[in-house]
Amino acid sequence: MYLTFIVFLPLAAAIIAGFGGRVLGDRGAQLVTCGAVITSAILSIFAFYNVALGHQPEHVVLANWIVSGGFKVDWAIKVDTLTTVMLVVVNGVSCLVHVYSVGYMSHDPHKPRFMAYLSLFTFAMLMLVTADNFVQMFFGWEGVGLASYLLIGFWYKKPSANAAAIKAFLVNRVGDFGFALGIFGIFLVFGALDFATVFAAAPAMAGKSFTFLDHQVDVLNTLTFLLFIGAMGKSAQLGLHTWLPDAMEGPTPVSALIHAATMVTAGVFMVARCSPLFELAPGTLQFVTIIGASTAFFAATIGLVQNDIKRIIAYSTCSQLGYMFFALGVGAYGAGIFHLFTHAFFKALLFLGAGSVIHGMSDEQDIRKMGGLFPYMKVTAILMWIGSLALAGIGIPGIDLGFAGFYSKDIILESAYAAHSSVGFYAFWLGIAAAFMTAFYSGRLLFMTFHGHSRADHDVLHHAHESPQVMLIPLYILATGAVLAGFVFYEFFVGHHYAEFWNGALTVVDENVLEHAHHVPFWVKLLPLVMAVGGLAISWSFYIDNVPKWARLLGLVAALGIVGAGIAQGDGGLILTGVAALVLALVFYFGRTGAPGTLVASNQALYQFLLNKWYFDELYDTLFVRPAKWLGFQLWKKGDGKVIDGYGPDGVTAAIGFVARRARVLQTGYVYHYAFAMLIGVAALVTWYMLHSGGGH
Amino acid sequence: MIEVPALLPALPEIILAIGALALLMLGVFTGEKSLRTVSALAVLLLLAAAAAVLPGYRDTVVTFGGMFVSDSFGGFCKILILLGSALSIIISVDYLERENLKRFEYPVLIVLATLGMLMMVSSNDLIALYIGLETQSLALYVMAAFSRDSARSTEAGLKYFVLGALSSGMLLYGSSLIYGFTGGTSFSLIAAAVSGSGPVPIGVLLGLVFVMAGLAFKVSAVPFHMWTPDVYEGAPTPVTAFFAVAPKIAAMALLVRTMFGAFPEISDQWQQILVFLSIASMVVGAVFAIVQTNIKRLMAYSSIGHVGYALMGVATGTPDGVKSVLVYLAIYLAMNVGAFALIIAMRRKDGATESIADLAGLSRTRPAMAFALAIFMFSLAGIPPLAGFFGKFYVFIAAIEANLTFLAVIGALASAVSAFYYLRIVKVMYFDEPADAFDVNTGRGITAVATVSALVTLLFFVFPAPIVGAAAYAAQSLFQ
Repeated sequence: MYLTFIVFLPLAAAIIAGFGGRVLGDRGAQLVTCGAVITSAILSIFAFYNVALGHQPEHVVLANWIVSGGFKVDWAIKVDTLTTVMLVVVNGVSCLVHVYSVGYMSHDPHKPRFMAYLSLFTFAMLMLVTADNFVQMFFGWEGVGLASYLLIGFWYKKPSANAAAIKAFLVNRVGDFGFALGIFGIFLVFGALDFATVFAAAPAMAGKSFTFLDHQVDVLNTLTFLLFIGAMGKSAQLGLHTWLPDAMEGPTPVSALIHAATMVTAGVFMVARCSPLFELAPGTLQFVTIIGASTAFFAATIGLVQNDIKRIIAYSTCSQLGYMFFALGVGAYGAGIFHLFTHAFFKALLFLGAGSVIHGMSDEQDIRKMGGLFPYMKVTAILMWIGSLALAGIGIPGIDLGFAGFYSKDIILESAYAAHSSVGFYAFWLGIAAAFMTAFYSGRLLFMTFHGHSRADHDVLHHAHESPQVMLIPLYILATGAVLAGFVFYEFFVGHHYAEFWNGALTVVDENVLEHAHHVPFWVKLLPLVMAVGGLAISWSFYIDNVPKWARLLGLVAALGIVGAGIAQGDGGLILTGVAALVLALVFYFGRTGAPGTLVASNQALYQFLLNKWYFDELYDTLFVRPAKWLGFQLWKKGDGKVIDGYGPDGVTAAIGFVARRARVLQTGYVYHYAFAMLIGVAALVTWYMLHSGGGH
Repeated sequence: MIEVPALLPALPEIILAIGALALLMLGVFTGEKSLRTVSALAVLLLLAAAAAVLPGYRDTVVTFGGMFVSDSFGGFCKILILLGSALSIIISVDYLERENLKRFEYPVLIVLATLGMLMMVSSNDLIALYIGLETQSLALYVMAAFSRDSARSTEAGLKYFVLGALSSGMLLYGSSLIYGFTGGTSFSLIAAAVSGSGPVPIGVLLGLVFVMAGLAFKVSAVPFHMWTPDVYEGAPTPVTAFFAVAPKIAAMALLVRTMFGAFPEISDQWQQILVFLSIASMVVGAVFAIVQTNIKRLMAYSSIGHVGYALMGVATGTPDGVKSVLVYLAIYLAMNVGAFALIIAMRRKDGATESIADLAGLSRTRPAMAFALAIFMFSLAGIPPLAGFFGKFYVFIAAIEANLTFLAVIGALASAVSAFYYLRIVKVMYFDEPADAFDVNTGRGITAVATVSALVTLLFFVFPAPIVGAAAYAAQSLFQ
């Protein structure tokens, strides 16, 4: 029963606040929506305790939705460990964002609408994660897409916001098309759409193929590939990622909730949910790994050079989603979901922290116009530091103590390494590179925003202020999660309690790669940390003038220590790690604030390439947008205007008008003309009968 | 010893004949100022005749040596005609008084014309047909020229008379051919003569063509319609209103009666003519009306188009077809009387106006009038759920069931074209800048008639059963 409340309280709140906003007023709408979602969040924790920790999955059928011949779909709430994890993430972040929005949107005239959209989004996301069949999942999938569209375009008077909203919707449409085709295919192949039936029948279909255009195509590979296209759109993976950075046009709480913590992870969730299918489709899994790893790398490179505080975090999100996907791709579903879980905390924290900065800086988002803000907003700065350290994955590998991202990101990289496949290594090395870049851009963001000299306007700086408590309290909670979530839940998600925690919610066909992940060489665990520390250190030396000499030397010493340890143990991997550390330490040692400018000047082409986001938008603009616009314009002007209107309504109208004007002349007013017409009529009829009556006499 | 025929079946006609003479006497003795009295009495007379129709409604009785038939088909049509005539008088009186046409002959002529119509509806013989037709027509010729000081009115009357004489000539010529080839004038004799198997004599077919040409003139079917716009425009507006309703119904009933009474066995022959007339009327009615600027001319083409739809029902040759025609005529009566009542009400201080442009902005100056006229226009265009839609609906259904789908398709297309000019009037009333306001004093008669017919048009779909049921019953009497 309480499960129903979890899902439907946000819907009720959305309806009440959305349609009754005028009656309730701003405060009333905020109370209703926040109250509903907080209640939902508390119940979700309860559900997590019952289902995930108490090992009691629940399945509630609410109603039959569609019954048509063999086609049967229910409204249902399926709650297993995977769902409860999502419930906690969704409702947890959602309720914090609801509360935060009360402060953040305090100057906005349309508060009830905003709160209603947020609650509507929450409902749709909950429908998605509690679905027990593909159709309900698709309902939620489209619902979150709608809510995302509405919220990105919330400030509908801004043309850029409208454009971003439309772009998000259209790009997602491409993915959704794949997802829908996948669902159709599943129904075609399995004759059912509920997870239980499909997953049970899946092993029998393994290795089967069908003929498509004279080629034998593997059934499950095709279906899962189509499903993954949907996931790529929703989770902004390479190729279909272009909407996510633009989506930052929406209010910052929206970015935190939808475009960092929850909706964009729907693709990850869907692949994990369909693990029984994906596990039987090795081709798709390889594809997932490659796409995920490439996205992790690609988005991180762009994050290096962005100047908009929200866009940096947006590319970071894109990159981290890539990590999650390649974890899924190598079969480490638990690791992927674990990263989803921890990422929700620190990425929401970062976004809301960025929102706090923006709020305090009179809506300034360009980090080049910030700097030295630490004294003005100490709390926000510290919280952002916590979030960034968690994102960078700082922790101590030997004794396993660190921020949340340390646990989840490392287990992903270890899994990729442990997969011992070519795609696994591809993912591992790109992941390592991305880890360095992640740390670097995180450090860049922090140093350029909070430290060094201020580059802000005097007026802005004069008004710079710390955010109110209603905005900071959600940040405290998220920061707690960013620090502790990894440490507390590591054993459940990917460690010793894996089997009983997941309780069959995730399927792995071959031996579990996570088992091997725990037994990778030490250097595999150390290397990500080296990268993270190195990235932070280098950004420090690049963006802050007075880095103390001892720190620079310490870097060199530590690196040399690793090399030494490697040589002593005769461990090639460790030596390699040490050499990498040494390189980074040298860069750190010689790094000065002029370095970024020099680098940019000497690598102008690369810089432009990254700054312009690998020219993806330009490419799509040329390949798709312009031709589509051209085609549309042609169809409109020529197809519709000239042909259909011209020969259709307008043509007929003109012809009839023409005939009518001409024929009017016949009506002369002369009696003998009229009489003549009558006689012609009679003559014509008589002639007709003369010719046609069957031989009269 | 002369046998006296049964008179009772002809009671309505007898009432009208005696009543008309009495009213004439009354008028002659009381003079011009008696218009209102005579009109009121004429309306009562027509209603009394309608009441006299009712007792014999269910039975089919033939009298006057087989020349006269009284049945429920005739009864249905007679009631429509009598109602149409009575309403025409009601909406005319104010106009006649204002336009200085205050003559008591007007209602008397309507009663006489109505007498002719009832005789047409009941005719069961070519001779009776002709007498009824001429009784009606002679009165109508006079009415068209009623405003005798107006050149347009007299021209209209003269044109109508000359062309009407021509059509009468055709009708008589056709009758004589039919008589010559069948040996009888009675419908039952003719029916018996042409029912045999084997080819139909060409002489009968020629006769049929000429008779139908004469009748087509009366219903103003294309190509025998050319008089209609000129006469509608030239005649005083109340006369046009009368022309548009009662004589149309009578002539259509006569056509049905003749076809189904005298030529039931060769329906496949006359069907061809009717299909042609129907298509031509629908198309011409739709297309020509587009360029009209005078609302009376527009209504003339509108009535030509509507005749086309009604002819479609006749062309089916089935009971359902006849039923659909009767329903159509009943709805046509309501729509047209209402629309013409409002057209008569179009007047300013300096006199009556007839231009569509004068309706501009009527929704702001006279919202109720504009709304009522909009209802009639939408209904004439056949927009659901107004009555006009159902009229067309039944006709189209009958045509499709009689395998005349192409006819229904053409009808639907013509209907779409005609919607243009009906809706243009609505557009002019609702979206154009207001012209000078009309005279506020519309007159109670017109207001009442317009209100009632608007309600009937608007609410027909709520309770269509009485009219549709009666029409089905009436249609059945032709097929016994």
